[in-house]
Amino acid sequence: MEELLNELKEKFSSVVIEVQEKDYPTLICKRNGFVDFIKYLKEEKGFKYLIDLCGVDYLNYPKKNFEERFKVVYHLYNLDTKVLLRLKVRIPEEDCWHHSVTPLWRTADFFERECYDMFGIKFKGHPNLKRVLMPDDWEGHPLRKDYPLYLEEEQEWETYKKIAQKYKR
Amino acid sequence: MATYLEINKKQVNGEKWEEPFYLNMGPQHPSTHGVLRLFLELEGETIVNCTPIIGYLHRGVEKLGENLNYNQAIVLSDRLDYIASAANNTAFALAFEKLMNLEVPRRAKLLRTIACEMARICNHLLWLATHALDIGAMTVFLYCFRDREWLLNIYEKICGARLTHTYVRVGGVRQDFTQEIIDDLYKFTEEFPSRIYDYETLIDVNRIWLKRTKGIAVVPPEDAINLGLTGPCLRGSGVYYDVRKFRPYDAYGEVNFVVPTGKNGDTYDRYRVRMEELRQSNFIIRQCLDKLPETEGEPVLAENAPDLLMPEKIKKPEPKPVPKKGVIFRGADVPVVPPGEAFAAIESPKGELSVYVVSDGSNKPWRLRVRTPSFVHISAIPYMAKNHMIADLVAIIGTLDIVLGDSDR
Repeated sequence: MEELLNELKEKFSSVVIEVQEKDYPTLICKRNGFVDFIKYLKEEKGFKYLIDLCGVDYLNYPKKNFEERFKVVYHLYNLDTKVLLRLKVRIPEEDCWHHSVTPLWRTADFFERECYDMFGIKFKGHPNLKRVLMPDDWEGHPLRKDYPLYLEEEQEWETYKKIAQKYKR
Repeated sequence: MATYLEINKKQVNGEKWEEPFYLNMGPQHPSTHGVLRLFLELEGETIVNCTPIIGYLHRGVEKLGENLNYNQAIVLSDRLDYIASAANNTAFALAFEKLMNLEVPRRAKLLRTIACEMARICNHLLWLATHALDIGAMTVFLYCFRDREWLLNIYEKICGARLTHTYVRVGGVRQDFTQEIIDDLYKFTEEFPSRIYDYETLIDVNRIWLKRTKGIAVVPPEDAINLGLTGPCLRGSGVYYDVRKFRPYDAYGEVNFVVPTGKNGDTYDRYRVRMEELRQSNFIIRQCLDKLPETEGEPVLAENAPDLLMPEKIKKPEPKPVPKKGVIFRGADVPVVPPGEAFAAIESPKGELSVYVVSDGSNKPWRLRVRTPSFVHISAIPYMAKNHMIADLVAIIGTLDIVLGDSDR
């Protein structure tokens, strides 16, 4: 375990910023060169199984020690050595995009679409980046912290208002 | 490609159409198990391309979870996979306990394991019933629902609810089993293996069943991992991976069971894996029941478990009398939820269900991420359905065992 982390830190010193020991070993990575890094993990180190990919919004998070607003969190698993690894990539708000890993894992397809849907993080290289859970013409990204939980009646979703008007009795 | 709406309009108006034939399957289709919509591109009756469209049941569980406290968020988990809600409760509770550093009493662990395995049997029975009904075997449906009713009645005795039982709580379970429930469960575990044999005699070597399932939707092991399949769908392809064995939680570390795997990775193998899992679940429940007398009289909720209504401010714990066994409402002292993050995964009946929670130190989660198996399995439908007939698509949806409440969140 220690060896693996040290090796990764040495080999990809330009990508891995920090190694943290939490409930699972956590690597904080840079966006540049991330795809090469995760490809190395998948093909050379046997982390073949992508458990989860999700975004986190850190707007106004108390005691935040970094500047960027978003994080994309990966959970990778090695089926042979039973090691779970967590990767984090920080995404700034004004430059809100990340590299897609869909060419490596088909399962990342829906995860990335959901991440785009909920946080507005664009994944470069994704073949079909559309909303997956919300309707196609929805405005805004619901899981951002500045998105309200509910709206007053006048501000409701336009399409819904039209439909409601149409079928009003 | 033209949008779905345009294509449908043209087809309805009878205009000349030289592109392939497009067909909407769902969202109101009885064999899509909910509101799944599949947009099919057909050539004759063969599926060339298939686009799953989901989100019709989106309730914003993740957003709601950020605005409720930890105990209230568990209630949301019932509504994800409403067929096996005990398993969902456990996933949420495990993540929160990891965050709060709570130690769950051993009796609560055993009770949770029993509840989870009962959920697995319930889920697999419902799956077998509907899957067989989709393919055309009506009798199995009635047999399965008879036995599922038995378990639901036991659930009703345990916690008063049949489907959405918030039985598992942060720090343990809500209340202890009575002797009546334990007797009922003993009776169930005695009799259930013979019932599994009954189902197998109905369809195991049935010629129609074999024709409809053998060689349908074959997934090689490498592709299964790449597609992110988990649970019986992954094990049907011959990959040995089970969270209960690989990262044991609750009482799974101390019970014996076998993880069945398939060989060919087709629909029939996935069916065999699930039938074998029914037997193993029954065996696990039996072992846990045998271990229950060792922990007789232990509390079922951790001492410092959070109150149901977690107040915003932390009260100082006052010395109070030792609570009686089975008391639900404890003192109002809240353990400090430290800022940080936790990841917990369980083997839910449908696959791996993982919860990733980020805390900022308040009584509400900052971010609550749920990775549900159905969501990932639906994304695998285009791969599996390619070059199959429409009738096989029904079998594929059935074999993946999807629930749309689980996938849309």
